[in-house]
Amino acid sequence: MSPPVPFDPDWIRQSSEMILEAGRAGCGLKIRGEGSKDFYGSMTNPEARVLTTLPHAGVVDYDPAELVVVARCGTPIQELESLLAKSRQMLAFDPPRFGGRGTVGGMIATGLSGPRRMSSGAAKDFVLGMTVLDAQAQALRFGGTVMKNVAGYDMSRLHTGAMGVLGLIVDVSLKVLPIPPADSTLIFEVGAQDAIDWANAWAGQPLPLAATCWQAGRLRVRLSGAAAAVRSAREKLGGELMPQAQADAFWQGLRDQQDEFFSVSSAAPGLHLWRLSVPSTTPHLTEINDEQWLEWGGALRWIKTQAPAAQLRAWASRHGGHATLFRAATDDARQQADVFTEPAAPLMKIHQRLKQELDGQCIFNPGRMYAGL
Amino acid sequence: MGIGARVALELKHSNEHQLLPFAVFRTKMNAPRELHLGELRFADFTQPMPASKRAALIQSLRDILPAQDILTTDEALRPYECDGLAGYRQMPSVVVLPTQESQVVEILKLAHRLDVPVVARGAGTGLSGGATPHRGGLILSLARLNTIVSIDPAARTARVRPGVRNAAISDAAAPYGLYYAPDPSSQIACSIGGNVAENSGGVHCLKYGLTVHNVLRIRAVTIEGEIVEFGSEALDAPGLDLLSLVIGSEGMLSVVTEVTVKLIPKPQLARVIMASFDNVEKSGHAVANLIAAGIIPAGLEMMDQKMTRAVEEFVHAGYDLQAKAILLCESDGTPEEVEEEIGRMKAVLSDSGATDLKVSETEEQRLRFWSGRKNAFPAAGRVAADYYCMDGTIPRAKLGEMLNRIAEMEVKYGLACMNVFHAGDGNLHPLILFDASKPGEFHQAELFGAEILESCVEYGGTVTGEHGVGLEKINSMCVQFSPQERIAFFAVKRGFDPAGLLNPGKAIPTLSRCAEYGKMHVHRGALKFPELPRF
Repeated sequence: MSPPVPFDPDWIRQSSEMILEAGRAGCGLKIRGEGSKDFYGSMTNPEARVLTTLPHAGVVDYDPAELVVVARCGTPIQELESLLAKSRQMLAFDPPRFGGRGTVGGMIATGLSGPRRMSSGAAKDFVLGMTVLDAQAQALRFGGTVMKNVAGYDMSRLHTGAMGVLGLIVDVSLKVLPIPPADSTLIFEVGAQDAIDWANAWAGQPLPLAATCWQAGRLRVRLSGAAAAVRSAREKLGGELMPQAQADAFWQGLRDQQDEFFSVSSAAPGLHLWRLSVPSTTPHLTEINDEQWLEWGGALRWIKTQAPAAQLRAWASRHGGHATLFRAATDDARQQADVFTEPAAPLMKIHQRLKQELDGQCIFNPGRMYAGL
Repeated sequence: MGIGARVALELKHSNEHQLLPFAVFRTKMNAPRELHLGELRFADFTQPMPASKRAALIQSLRDILPAQDILTTDEALRPYECDGLAGYRQMPSVVVLPTQESQVVEILKLAHRLDVPVVARGAGTGLSGGATPHRGGLILSLARLNTIVSIDPAARTARVRPGVRNAAISDAAAPYGLYYAPDPSSQIACSIGGNVAENSGGVHCLKYGLTVHNVLRIRAVTIEGEIVEFGSEALDAPGLDLLSLVIGSEGMLSVVTEVTVKLIPKPQLARVIMASFDNVEKSGHAVANLIAAGIIPAGLEMMDQKMTRAVEEFVHAGYDLQAKAILLCESDGTPEEVEEEIGRMKAVLSDSGATDLKVSETEEQRLRFWSGRKNAFPAAGRVAADYYCMDGTIPRAKLGEMLNRIAEMEVKYGLACMNVFHAGDGNLHPLILFDASKPGEFHQAELFGAEILESCVEYGGTVTGEHGVGLEKINSMCVQFSPQERIAFFAVKRGFDPAGLLNPGKAIPTLSRCAEYGKMHVHRGALKFPELPRF
């Protein structure tokens, strides 16, 4: 059996022409799917032409027994997940679908992961291979559809979370997992620091802990796995059992950031949503008295605040983590602040050299990650 | 090549650049970027270091290290002439044994200044020649950077130096009920630095992942002597994911000086099912059926009849010698969870045509069932003079077909092959048996191996699942990757190591090397001097 043709030849031709043209003209391209993550990352040059991935949609290959799916970049995440669900499988890293939208290309280019990330792994952990168009518009294929592959450098993981600055993702092969047979959510009334301590203690025991979220004095703990394991963990942990429909809605809402807390508005121009990624045992941030949501057993802290970037970055860095200006209230604020924490100088030098080597003409998403990259 | 191979061949590899003078590259218009490959200076790594350069190097090293940590005599250098790929041997110029990161920094700065190739080395158990020395270069042994810096039971992490043995991490974490999941078969000897370099797997990686899934942070030194940190002790780090890029990069991008690994809770219980099949294709389908039923076993291994017979004689594990293939299928977790899962697994295996099922009743019995699998390589070493271990990966659905193809190749090459598979991952370890003392047999074994790897690529898989490319599979890389893809790999290499001094000539073949391999390939079986080792 020969695999189906992975590419839509018309879209590939048009995209290749745009890449080559951008290289000649010295202007950049802004790669875009549904635009659900337009708010995320630094602003690209407004003169950059938009290269749309939407026409290149569809699942190319899916065999549930292989735990692998290959999807084109323009495939809506929800479409992919509906297909997987028919075989009782899922994307275990819970990729966010902001506003219910998002495509496979954007999902991998941003590398964002949702609540289950603490137990299942991040987007990058599920990427097995991809095809990219490089700065010469050549189709390069890295990795493949097998679980283990150490031939050559892991280019597909390098492109994951690279914000599209190294090339155009054409299709991606992803490892998928079975939907756990049992799922329960417990609620505990507890303060933030205790929630962090408890979550870390539980994560060190053989419990089917899938996700945690603390907000407003309540810790929600999601248990997923074999029915027997979930049942015994419920007995062990105590707490109050959340009605299943309510629990499902809660985790989906968290994953897609539907709560009002995650939104910002130009009506409150100084109030931004920050993402603080820190070691899970980092003490609760008490210096700033604004609302916080804690996920990933304490490793992910969301805070909506007017506090200065420098203060948040200093706190995160002191604890071995980093801070991202996830949603800026205004484009001005996004343009003025660095969205992502800049790596130390020797590491930044490697970033710059890699960009120079792989996209020396700065064709792909110029500036979306760091200025000059 | 497996650890049991006793054939020793002088390196005649990679001398195609002598055959194809450098000028050829300069006239190749369609490969402009390879012109900038710093590595080409060292493409022939059989060339010794000029005596004056070596003297200057040793002199400068004495400012960095105590004299006893610099090895220069033939006698002292001999143990470093090969890694686990014992068929490829070559003496290095100098070996250094730093004990501190600051010394690593100074050694790399010196190598950079004097233009000396550097091959980093851990325990030397690698199976693909990743640590084979450069005749004109330095072996940078990290074996003495071997302390466990700290264990944080609350955060479930361990900070370790690269020379720490894989199993030592789990031993140190055991008092907290935690362990480090990746378990390559060599785990009692191999070091975490080498695991990082090769992205090592093991028998439990279907459920628990490879090295790349279990490492949070790497501290490393660049060839320019700068200290860098990839990843972090948070779950992500800003910028490009260089952590994942460095893992599995075979010592070609930077030198690791510290690793933070994830520790996970030890399962309360593990039990394994041993299932017999009267036909190898059926066992392949059973693997696919387990996965399709939504089961992710903690371990899922397959052995063919030749392999079970060889190991049974060696370890007396109680294997079914009449079975054409056996599967070992493990479940771990809480006692309730294991009972539930074992029940589901047994049902699927029976429905898939298993002729016999045995479930381990005690930990002792579980370890006995596994002992055969873990001793597959030594067992092969007992029944054959030499063996050649392959490491391709294919989609699980192709396992049965692949086994049939290998059986045909046994006839074609006149050599026997025993098969052990990490079936859950589709990762094959065919062991090709040969006798190096018989003229031409090693060459036949290499051709046999190359054909297996080509079949893996044809089935949509890869030439190496967990052992790495190193020197051994460098030609097979030409089959798996296009020239453009290999140029992209070299671009990444330059991003980290523009001078091309870190482990040059390994893992990624140059365009000319592939052109040369293509020519050999066409004429396979009709080479002018078949007894000469080629690559």
